[in-house]
Parts: sequence; C-alpha cells; structure tokens
Amino acid sequence: MFIINCPYCGERDQTEFSSGGEAHIVRPKQPTELSDDEWAEFLFMRKNIKGIQFERWNHSHGCRKWFNVVRDTSNDKIHAVYKMGEKPPVNK
Amino acid sequence: MKNKYSIFSLIKNAFSNHENWQRAWRDPEPKKEYDAIIVGGGGHGLATAYYLAKKHKMTNIAVVEKGWIGGGNTGRNTTIIRSNYLWDASAGLYDHALKIWEGLSQELNYNIMFSQRGVMNLAHNLQDVRDLKRRTHANRLNGIDAVWLNTDEVKKFCPIINTSPDIRYPVLGGTLQKRAGTARHDAVAWGYARGADQLGVDIIQNCEVKGIKRDGDQIIGIETSKGYIKSKKIGVVAAGHSSVIANMAGLKLPLESKPLQALVSEPVKPIIDTVVMSNAVHAYVSQSDKGELVIGAGTDSYVSYTQKGSHNIVEETLRAILELYPIFSRMKMLRQWGGIVDICPDASPIISKTQVKGLYFNCGWGTGGFKATPGSGDLFAHTIANDEPHKLNAAFNINRFVSGDLVDEHGAAAVAH
Repeated sequence: MFIINCPYCGERDQTEFSSGGEAHIVRPKQPTELSDDEWAEFLFMRKNIKGIQFERWNHSHGCRKWFNVVRDTSNDKIHAVYKMGEKPPVNK
Repeated sequence: MKNKYSIFSLIKNAFSNHENWQRAWRDPEPKKEYDAIIVGGGGHGLATAYYLAKKHKMTNIAVVEKGWIGGGNTGRNTTIIRSNYLWDASAGLYDHALKIWEGLSQELNYNIMFSQRGVMNLAHNLQDVRDLKRRTHANRLNGIDAVWLNTDEVKKFCPIINTSPDIRYPVLGGTLQKRAGTARHDAVAWGYARGADQLGVDIIQNCEVKGIKRDGDQIIGIETSKGYIKSKKIGVVAAGHSSVIANMAGLKLPLESKPLQALVSEPVKPIIDTVVMSNAVHAYVSQSDKGELVIGAGTDSYVSYTQKGSHNIVEETLRAILELYPIFSRMKMLRQWGGIVDICPDASPIISKTQVKGLYFNCGWGTGGFKATPGSGDLFAHTIANDEPHKLNAAFNINRFVSGDLVDEHGAAAVAH
C-alpha cells in the first residue's frame, strides 16, 4: 500500500490505480515477421525485477490516463513518475 | 531408519524429560562439489531432494536455502490441499500429489497432520453454478471425487454459512471434494528435511545464492554466501524469487511476483470442520487444530517483493467472510502476513528443463503451490535425474509459452487457488 503521484491529478492512494506491469515493452512493428520465440518474448517473458523496475500504471478510478512509474519492488518506494512518451529518467 | 519416532520413543524420552531428543537433521558445511544442488529449502525443494535420494539414488546432493527451511511460502500458506482442477493435465498433476499426501505421514515417519476434512467451493451466480457443475463432471472423468451440493446440502455440510437468498452474493450451491483437506505446513517441510537428511542429503541453511556459473550452455556451479559450490545439475525451486535466480543465469521467465496475504484469528472452540472457498467473493476459511480461523485473501495487483501486501485486500476478504459467516462478526484477527508468489500467465506451474544444460526450474505455482508439494517434488526429482520430464509434468514445460500450448487454469478452475 502506497501513494502514487499521478502526473495529472496529484497524490492519490494506490487503490485508485491499476498496475499495467512492465513498461517499455514495444509492440513489434511487423507482427507477421515474428518467430514463435519472439512472440513468446513479447507476450509472456518478464524481467520481474526485485529492485528498481519501470512500470505502467493507469489511474483507473481517477483521470483514467496511463503513465509510467519507477518503483523499487523490494520496498515499494517510488523514485519517479513520468508521462507516456516522455524519456525515462536515467537509472541512478 | 535411525531415531524412528514411535509411541515407544515418546515414552522413553518422557522419562528423561524430553531433553535427549536428537536433532532431526544435521547442519553441515557445504562440500566442494555435489551431483545435484536444489536451490530453495521450502516444501517443494526438500521434497525434490528427498525423492532424488530415495527413488533415484542420488545421495550426494545438497539443498541450499537463503533463510531457514520452510520459512518462505511453505510456512505462509493456508495449508489447503485439493485436486479438483478442470483440465486433464492439472488433474493428473494435483491428484498425483493428493495420492502421495494420503500416505505421507507413514512414509516420512513424521506426523504432518494430514486431515481429509473436505474442501467445498461455493457458487454465487448462475455462471458459477454452470462452471462448477462442469468441473465436477470433468473431475469424475479423471477419477477425482467431486459432488455437487445444492444450497440446502451446503447448509447441512457447513451449518454456519449464511444461505439466506437476501445476501449480496447468495449461495446457490457448491462442489465438495471429500478427499481434500489440510495438512500442517511446517511439519511437511520438517518431515521432508528429516527424511532427506537421513538419506544423506546436505541441508545448508543461511546460504544465499549470489550467482550461477555457466560454461557455455552447461551449468557448472553456484556462487553462494558460503562460497563456490560445483555441480552440473541445479534445480531451482525459489518460488517468488525464481526470476531473480533466472536473471543470474541470463534467462527470463514468464512470471510476475506478487504479495499474497493470509491471516489468522484468535483461537476459538471447533466451529468449522471443513474448508470453504469462494471465488466470486474471494475468501476462504478453515480452522486450525489450535482453533484459529485460517483465512486466505487475494494477491496485490502489482509486482512486489515486500512480503506484506495491502490493507484493502484484507478488508475485501473480511467483508466477504462476514457476509458468509455472520457468526464471526466479533472475532479478533491476531496475525496477518504476506508471501511472494510467482504467477504464470496461465496460472499453471513450470516443472521443466531449460535451454541451459543442467539447469531446471520448478516455479510458477502462484497462489496454490502447497497442495502440490509431494507431487511437485516427485516429478521434479524425476525430471532432474533423467533429464526428461515425467509424463505427468510434460505439459508443464517452459516451452508451452512458445508453442502456445498453455494449461489455462486461470479462467477454468473457477476457484481461488
């Protein structure tokens, strides 16, 4: 349980948000060219990091906008929040 | 078996004020090399070591555990055992485990307090009714005992359930698996540890894996907090931390690790003599032999390794418990905790070889691994010893995420795991 600083609405309780999982997984540009291994990598394989993880969140009970969060999954501390399309902050 | 536990050993030790019981397993230093190393000293890992030694005669093996044995999810679950899964592959896997549970106390000479008190799964809407009826049919075709109960029969089987048609999610019926039940989770870890130790397995606690050494495509050893240990076969059974170990070997797994919570109440006199689960309102409850209600909640929706979990999940669970069991309205909850569960996209486990030779993974049990402990250990031991899966775990290979041949229990099981 923690507070997320929505870039559009400000600080709200985590229960207002939905987690969208790992961020920056780019949808393949030419899906027809993909091998089964590459599809598996895109669809299922996850870093599932213990530590600093880049992830997507949606303010589903608020403005309903998507954005990115940099969170330490070992203690749930949030290090940065940035909008979709913005460059991710460099990992310290 | 040395130091066999029996009524005679109990009487003998009573005369010496129980001061002369020998320790149940040794506390060895790691050797330089083993024929196989199991990473993770929970129930699944210890069972794997036990069956490797017992059935496959591999006795020069070790279990390395970063904390103490049974201190992870083995000691954090709600101890429910059942095998009423929908798909054939899952039914085969979980019923294999249930059959081993039935004789496990005798086999291990250790009382794991296995109690076949039955598990009832409730239906709260028409779709639940259809799904659960379908599941009882599927179960029976696979030789698994399952019966459908109507609302009156549910009330008769567990009188404290509120079966009023006026509640928010009325009970429209349920399924019952009578062979299902509970076992004492700590005893399962201790029993397997003692059994494995007596067969010569080294159980090394407080030994954290820091790195995995590869020579090209072959595993050659692990770097640990107690030094480097050589082995050409490594079986990883690290539950929520499976991805962390996989990353050390340069692999990615289709897992997400999330906190799953449980809680227990103050102890009271016997009031519920079965296990009742409900997927629609997401609450499950049983009563321990000490008298505490053991209540399971859901997972958080985000990846976290904090072993805590959010309060709103507890609130939702207790809200459901109170509606179904108004008699518990003044119970006090004593303890709440979380365990980190590794969830696969299809909510089925992975018991598999990997692309790295000699590296095996047993993971992805998600929210329902305890029930499978003996079967999982047996099949994983088979996979490691023969470098090939047993026919019961062949479907649970890691390649199913490439082939698309998923064992999709997420929507199908219609139960809280």
